[in-house]
Amino acid sequence: MLVFSFLVKRLFQSFLVLLSVAFIAFALFKFVGDPISNMVGQDTTLAEREKLAERLGLNDPFPVQFFNFIKGAAVGDFGLSYRHKVPVSQLIAERAPATLELAIISALLSVFVGIPMGVYTAIRRKGLLSRSFMTVSLVGISLPTFLIGILFIFLFGVILRWLPTFGRGEVVQIGFWTTGLLTWSGIKSLILPSVTLALFQMTLIMRLVRTEMLEVLTTDYIKFARARGLKENAVNFGHALKNTLIPVITIIGLQLGLVMAFAIITETVFQWPGMGMLFIQAIEEVDVPVMAAYLMMISLVFVAINLAVDILYAFVDPRLTIDGGSKHG
Amino acid sequence: MALLDVKNISIGFPSRHGMFVAVKDVSLSVEPGEILGVVGESGAGKSTIGNAIIALLEPPGEVIKGEVYLNGARIDNLSAEEKRLIRGKKIGMIFQDPQTSLDPLKTIRQQLVETIDLHLRLGRKGSEKRALELLEQVGIPDPVTRMQHYPHQFSGGMRQRVVIALALCGEPELIIADEPTTALDVSVQKQILDLMRKLCVDKNVGMILVTHDMGVIAEVADRVAVMYNSQLMEIGETAQIIGNPQHEYTKSLISAIPRPDKKVRRFPLVTYIEDVVEQKDEFDVSTHWLGQSREFDMKVADDGTILQLEDLGMRFQITNSLFKSKRRYLDAVKDVNFSIKEGETFGIVGESGSGKSTIARMVTGLYTPYKGKVNFLGKEISAISHTPEVLPYRRQMQMVFQDPFSSLNARMRVLDIVAEPILFHKLAESKAEAEHIVMDLLKLVGMSDDAYAKYPHQFSGGQRQRISIARALATRPRFLICDEPTSALDVSVQAQILNLLKDLQEELNLTMMFISHDLPVIRQMCDRVAVMQHGQVLELAETENLFENPQHEYSQHLLSLMPRLDMLQA
Amino acid sequence: MADRKMKSNSKWVQFFNGDLWYDFTRSPVAIVSFITTIGCLFLAASAQWVAPFDIFDLATLELMDADLPPPWADEYGEDKFFLGTDDQGRDIWSGILYGAQISVFVGFASVIISAIVGVALGLLAGYAGGRIDSFIMRVADIQLSFPAILIALLIDGVMRGLLPRELHDELAIYVLIFAISISGWVQYARTIRGSVMVEKHKEYVQAGQVIGLPSRIIAVKHILPNVLNPLFVIGTIHLATAIITEATLSFLGVGMSPTTPSLGTLIRIGNEYLLSGEWWITLFPGLALVILVLSVNIFGDWLRDALNPKLR
Repeated sequence: MLVFSFLVKRLFQSFLVLLSVAFIAFALFKFVGDPISNMVGQDTTLAEREKLAERLGLNDPFPVQFFNFIKGAAVGDFGLSYRHKVPVSQLIAERAPATLELAIISALLSVFVGIPMGVYTAIRRKGLLSRSFMTVSLVGISLPTFLIGILFIFLFGVILRWLPTFGRGEVVQIGFWTTGLLTWSGIKSLILPSVTLALFQMTLIMRLVRTEMLEVLTTDYIKFARARGLKENAVNFGHALKNTLIPVITIIGLQLGLVMAFAIITETVFQWPGMGMLFIQAIEEVDVPVMAAYLMMISLVFVAINLAVDILYAFVDPRLTIDGGSKHG
Repeated sequence: MALLDVKNISIGFPSRHGMFVAVKDVSLSVEPGEILGVVGESGAGKSTIGNAIIALLEPPGEVIKGEVYLNGARIDNLSAEEKRLIRGKKIGMIFQDPQTSLDPLKTIRQQLVETIDLHLRLGRKGSEKRALELLEQVGIPDPVTRMQHYPHQFSGGMRQRVVIALALCGEPELIIADEPTTALDVSVQKQILDLMRKLCVDKNVGMILVTHDMGVIAEVADRVAVMYNSQLMEIGETAQIIGNPQHEYTKSLISAIPRPDKKVRRFPLVTYIEDVVEQKDEFDVSTHWLGQSREFDMKVADDGTILQLEDLGMRFQITNSLFKSKRRYLDAVKDVNFSIKEGETFGIVGESGSGKSTIARMVTGLYTPYKGKVNFLGKEISAISHTPEVLPYRRQMQMVFQDPFSSLNARMRVLDIVAEPILFHKLAESKAEAEHIVMDLLKLVGMSDDAYAKYPHQFSGGQRQRISIARALATRPRFLICDEPTSALDVSVQAQILNLLKDLQEELNLTMMFISHDLPVIRQMCDRVAVMQHGQVLELAETENLFENPQHEYSQHLLSLMPRLDMLQA
Repeated sequence: MADRKMKSNSKWVQFFNGDLWYDFTRSPVAIVSFITTIGCLFLAASAQWVAPFDIFDLATLELMDADLPPPWADEYGEDKFFLGTDDQGRDIWSGILYGAQISVFVGFASVIISAIVGVALGLLAGYAGGRIDSFIMRVADIQLSFPAILIALLIDGVMRGLLPRELHDELAIYVLIFAISISGWVQYARTIRGSVMVEKHKEYVQAGQVIGLPSRIIAVKHILPNVLNPLFVIGTIHLATAIITEATLSFLGVGMSPTTPSLGTLIRIGNEYLLSGEWWITLFPGLALVILVLSVNIFGDWLRDALNPKLR
């Protein structure tokens, strides 16, 4: 019962997020740039412009326009790109695989490296390795992603010449999806951008896990576990770890949801042909349909990840799944 | 040979101000099957001894001198791994708060089996069987089902039973129990104490029971060690320590305990406690600032009634839902009626959750009643409102809170804290006059002259409670609500604060509503008492009548749980 | 009044006797990072007086001086440009100083605006509770789904659409401050709200209510001073984040324009020459940025640990 209402609440919140983003995207259309002059030439008459506006529904009342926008957005229809003159959905579909591959690899990298490092630094708080991890992580969050990218390019691309520094390398087309994971050059091309993108999240996750675990290690039940003579490993990994990870899951979900957006920077530095580059170009040229579509896409991924995390959360924490109502039984 | 022998132990915490010695040169011993009580007020160092014996001192604490022997073998100089092998297997430990002592993400079974298998190597099956036996021994009904449950599915008392079962997993010879019943209600406390007593006898286990509560000691301990200021004052048979204390400190400690068996006018002056300026000047309310302009248009009713509650009720929502039928409510207070007469002290007694504090919060306007009325000095003041019309009435009623550590704003000087109500209600002509009044009030509650310029954190709990009382007096109230005013204080400080409240009431002719869970305190303070349970007043009687001849079943039950302290000198 | 003087005096005395000052004087990391931070801030603030060249004065630029390497690394360098020059002949060191000034200004302005907005909303949400709280926190949740970079990019895009080009460049710094602070308030609001929710159930607040004080006095005079402690830590770390965000935006080409470059813009300009071997144009501004942010971060990190009683 508790889980159910918890999830319903979260579902409603996700819907609210998407709706507000949709509203922002819609507002972009309404107030930024002029769709008509982006579609027709200089010499079009006023009457023709008016006709076009009528046909596009630009004269409809505000709520009707918003409703039509959402209807279009729901099936991925954001109209034509002002600049490329092709459907935005097509542009996004071409670029999405590149960004998703980059983002997923980075997310996995940051989780599977960040969490163990966080746990280690919490358990061996005073150890030499922990301290150096912490110092490195401080440098990690102090170096802007783009600077790390530039440094990597300079080091591995210009000086050592080990790895490619721009583009995706050779890609293979599987249906609608293009992947770089199946060719050697594709994988080599992915290394620098994915490490660059992962680094910031990794340090963040590591520090987060460390802080939470240190907190858990001071609780009474850990002290009681020690008082029962449990071995250090049983205390740390049997009791402290799970209690650490449960609250951390949510925040990690939040962070990973942001990876897609952070990919903008990495894609720019490494000339990675993904959605982020598309978005930056769209900003520079005020290509509103592309901006709107990208925004919706990003928030959809974000909401999906967080919903998944919530469901996971609800099933690993017994305090949520099992009602404490039988307390007095 | 004693089971445990602690010889001349000293424990220190190095800090930048030098070594802080928490325990100084203490020796004590425990026999098998014996319960040794270690009693003392906060900061006496009693918990530190327990932590040192089981080698779980909070860093950077360390044993700086002395030896600990278990069954004749020295254990304080073992390696970390050897000490771990002793924990749980030879020495078990029980902590104060059962709410936080269990891992919330593991079932009781997982936690028990893990510990049993570690110590007894019974395998999975064997450990489970043993776990069931243990749960049965500690009195958990239906252990087969309950074993599958998570800690949050148990009530506080049941959880403490689980904690005890866990401490028994390795079949230890010695158990250290650190305030094991402090977080529990009296009725549960009694059960847990009985259980611990029984286990010690049945299994021939020795126990060190660390507590601040002489009542608990009187109930179960065979012998008592009294600690004060890091040192051992006195150690002996329980009856002797309570009935015929030898050391000066023990004497004053015992005399500060509110007697359950008879009412005394004042607590005998307790020495050995923090420095307080005892105010002994002649006090005349008719000339004092506190006595001014008490009479205006608010008249006490002819029969002397100052406060009257009519069908007062309070309901809290505990689960919210979109559907009205699914919402769950808790009726914290149900149809309470009583009236308080001018000049009396009216007590409300009950266990936690009985609704006694909720009544105080409705009377003072912190909560708006769900139903019913609060009439004060002939005016209905039920709703939370601070309209100019109600404000003068609110001013007549002040409150002293439970927790002296959170009831004063840490960012304000004492002067500003006490002056605030005076300035807000414009009870002084000028700031200078207000300051003068504050100084006078502080003196009245027994604070020294330099207190006004300090911040709350520079004072002890008892001193803060005095400041809190001064603030309450600063609106010149005639009705004072005391909500558990001494339950966060040590017993000797409690005696002083209760004395102060008694004096103030006499001098100022205050009417008081005194809320407490502690029956002996109620007996010392109140003229009439209401006994509450589950939001209802079950019995309302003159205090002495209630104690001598309780009518309601629940009152009789509560009184039966009261530690008797029979060994006290008559 | 004499009292007042005594009060401030004793607060300073308390500070220097306190654990924080004690820890500080014994932590080389804290001292070095604090001094470096202050040094960076000072250099940035006094760029007009410290910098050898005025990079905004186009008359002093000579094409002859373009792309000069640092004199100590390459014989073609000139001594007066000890970190070299960029493609237009601007002195890199002077560029860094002026650039840092803009970066630091944007950083501080964003932090202050975020903090004011965040504290006000957090206090309101926490104290009022109910619908007001739900509304503010829902907005905060939605806000959190968008990283600062994305919001800033979007705002920049909108401004580009709405403003003519020259005006956009001129207003760039305000657009940046607005964009960075709008994404920063959430953390302040959440922290303050959390503390307010704890504080408002404490008995000193109830005591104020029983005295009859109105809500706004209780909220501002009693609760607010008790929840401001975490602000310093959040503010310090946010300053570092804000500077990074500004640099990132300028690097992406949506921040400061090349005519009034910040550190990020300088790196962007230099990045085009990196592959052709003119490393100094990018490297030195990058290094300056890292030193600035790292020292602020290290100090903030130390401060957080020092103020957390559980970790002592």
